[in-house]
Amino acid sequence: MTTVQATAATRDALGPTLVRLQQSGAVDLVVVDADLGKSTTSRKFKDAYPERFFTVGVAEQNMVSVAGGLATLGYTVFASTFAVFIEHAFDQLRMSVAQPRLNVKIVASHGGVSTGEDGASAQSIEDIALFSSLATFKVGVPADVVEAEAMIEAAAKDPGPWYIRTGRPKLPVLYTDGSRYEIGKAGRLREGNDVTLVAYGLMVERALRAADVLAAEGIQARVLNIATIRPLDTAALEAAARETGAIVVAEEHLSHTGLGAMAAQALATRHPVPMEFVAIPDRYGESGTWDQVLEIMGLTPQGVVEAARRVVARKRA
Amino acid sequence: MVTTEQTDLQSVTRRIRRHIVNQVYAAKSGHIGGSMSSTEILSVLYGRILRHDPKRPDWAERDRFIMSKGHCTPLQYAILAEFGYIPVDELSTFRQKGSRLQGHSVLGKPAGVENSAGSLGMGLSFGLGIRLGLRLRGQDPHVYVLMGDGEQQEGQVWEAAMAAAHHGVDRLVALIDRNGIQNDDFTKNTMESTPLDEKYRAFGWEVRTDVDGHDLAAVEAALTWARDVRGKPACVIFDTVKGKGVSFMENNPNFHGAPPTDDEYARAMQELPA
Ligand SMILES: Cc1ncc(C[n+]2csc(CCOP(=O)(O)OP(=O)(O)O)c2C)c(N)n1
Ligand SMILES: [Mg+2]
Repeated sequence: MTTVQATAATRDALGPTLVRLQQSGAVDLVVVDADLGKSTTSRKFKDAYPERFFTVGVAEQNMVSVAGGLATLGYTVFASTFAVFIEHAFDQLRMSVAQPRLNVKIVASHGGVSTGEDGASAQSIEDIALFSSLATFKVGVPADVVEAEAMIEAAAKDPGPWYIRTGRPKLPVLYTDGSRYEIGKAGRLREGNDVTLVAYGLMVERALRAADVLAAEGIQARVLNIATIRPLDTAALEAAARETGAIVVAEEHLSHTGLGAMAAQALATRHPVPMEFVAIPDRYGESGTWDQVLEIMGLTPQGVVEAARRVVARKRA
Repeated sequence: MVTTEQTDLQSVTRRIRRHIVNQVYAAKSGHIGGSMSSTEILSVLYGRILRHDPKRPDWAERDRFIMSKGHCTPLQYAILAEFGYIPVDELSTFRQKGSRLQGHSVLGKPAGVENSAGSLGMGLSFGLGIRLGLRLRGQDPHVYVLMGDGEQQEGQVWEAAMAAAHHGVDRLVALIDRNGIQNDDFTKNTMESTPLDEKYRAFGWEVRTDVDGHDLAAVEAALTWARDVRGKPACVIFDTVKGKGVSFMENNPNFHGAPPTDDEYARAMQELPA
């Protein structure tokens, strides 16, 4: 899998995909917004279908419960804001959506620390943990804009609650020949049998770059894109553990409550192998350009390379 | 649709109060006070106002009742029993293992429960979502949301109130049980939520206040008024007595969520006419 020059933010997929889906007639969409529709791009849906777009003002709790009510009528309901601000409505997500398993899709943009300049208050480092703790939610993070579009479409057609984190930075397009996204299936982007690099979101491209560096050192890394975090593709993880014997999980999230913790739990009962984690330690972010903040957090290709060297050494010890 | 003109609401409310106390006594847990204070409100709503059919709980054209104060399930299930959704016998399973009658409202358990509740403050938003969706479909049904007066302290209630008026939503009716008591204490000692009428008016609602929530005729007049308001959401504020019907429970903050002892149960059943 090679990367090309074209770049786009995963958040850019939302509005156009919603318009296309509604036009297709395959789903009966309504969209709820809390005054960030321009940034999440959901407002593009308003331009096409104003009567199907409801703004509630800056009121995320209301947004989520309103979305639940709308869903009881059979609509597929999309609600969006920034990842940090949807955290404002956790109990509403739990009781108005997750417990009654209503057909509400939360697509939150500006996920992770790569919002950059806005600083800590705007950086979501716990959203994956929060949504993964809602028992009936599916959780996904696309690695590029092509996958974002495919994931949004898959979620729209899959009944029940979903959380999709999109991002602000313009990222290289990885799936230049079209998405291979399937709900709950890890994407295998590079073959290798010395170690597996597991990632989601913008860390996938960074893991691919790390794999290039490792290859030059004679370490052949498999790269798995875990685009769906819940349900987790435990089969792909188990195969990776058995076939490569060492795993690095790289994610733009707090370490102890993210994919790394979930993958380690899944492997503990299936096939434990040495693991290393490239993620955010117990700290909050700060202002800077998005790639600077990622660097502060160690979320770089180099960080993945070093973790891979450590885990391979442990495997061989 | 049930023909309700003949339903004798006086005896319905008498039976409902006994169902409430029986359920909470048998389960050794549950909320009597706020169930007793809303008994007439919901009896009149189901008996005279709501367009509903217990044989077709998923009828698309039904009016929706949203229980926002989801701790008042003893009342909600008693209503569903009295109006033909579930057998009266089933009330004895309240809060027991395997029962459909969960401690707090759960959507679809049983059919006729339109929302999940228990965490206060979300019902008006949920009802607003339903009403917005019905309007988009060009459908008429009303959405009635029952809330407590303590519940008015939740900020989300006011987010929903503001949004309902902003969107010009009508056929959305907020019913507030102003019994003056919340979990720990009297509302005035905890966080005064009055004047509620002025707040809702300022938020753009049509409001009727000081309605005697235990006078069947007054409740019916107020609900009829609210049903017919157009162009704005409507709110009715009922003055009620928490624990109404059992002398030692009335206006007593100790009977918000505590079950009666054996002795209290016996005395309560003596006071509640069959
Ligand atoms: C969000 C939330 N916080 C706290 C509680 C605990 N609680 C249950 S009932 C109650 C008081 C409710 O008072 P009110 O709304 O006046 O209800 P009523 O008097 O009609 O029973 C509280 C605080 C809750 N259910 N939900
Ligand atoms: Mg009260």
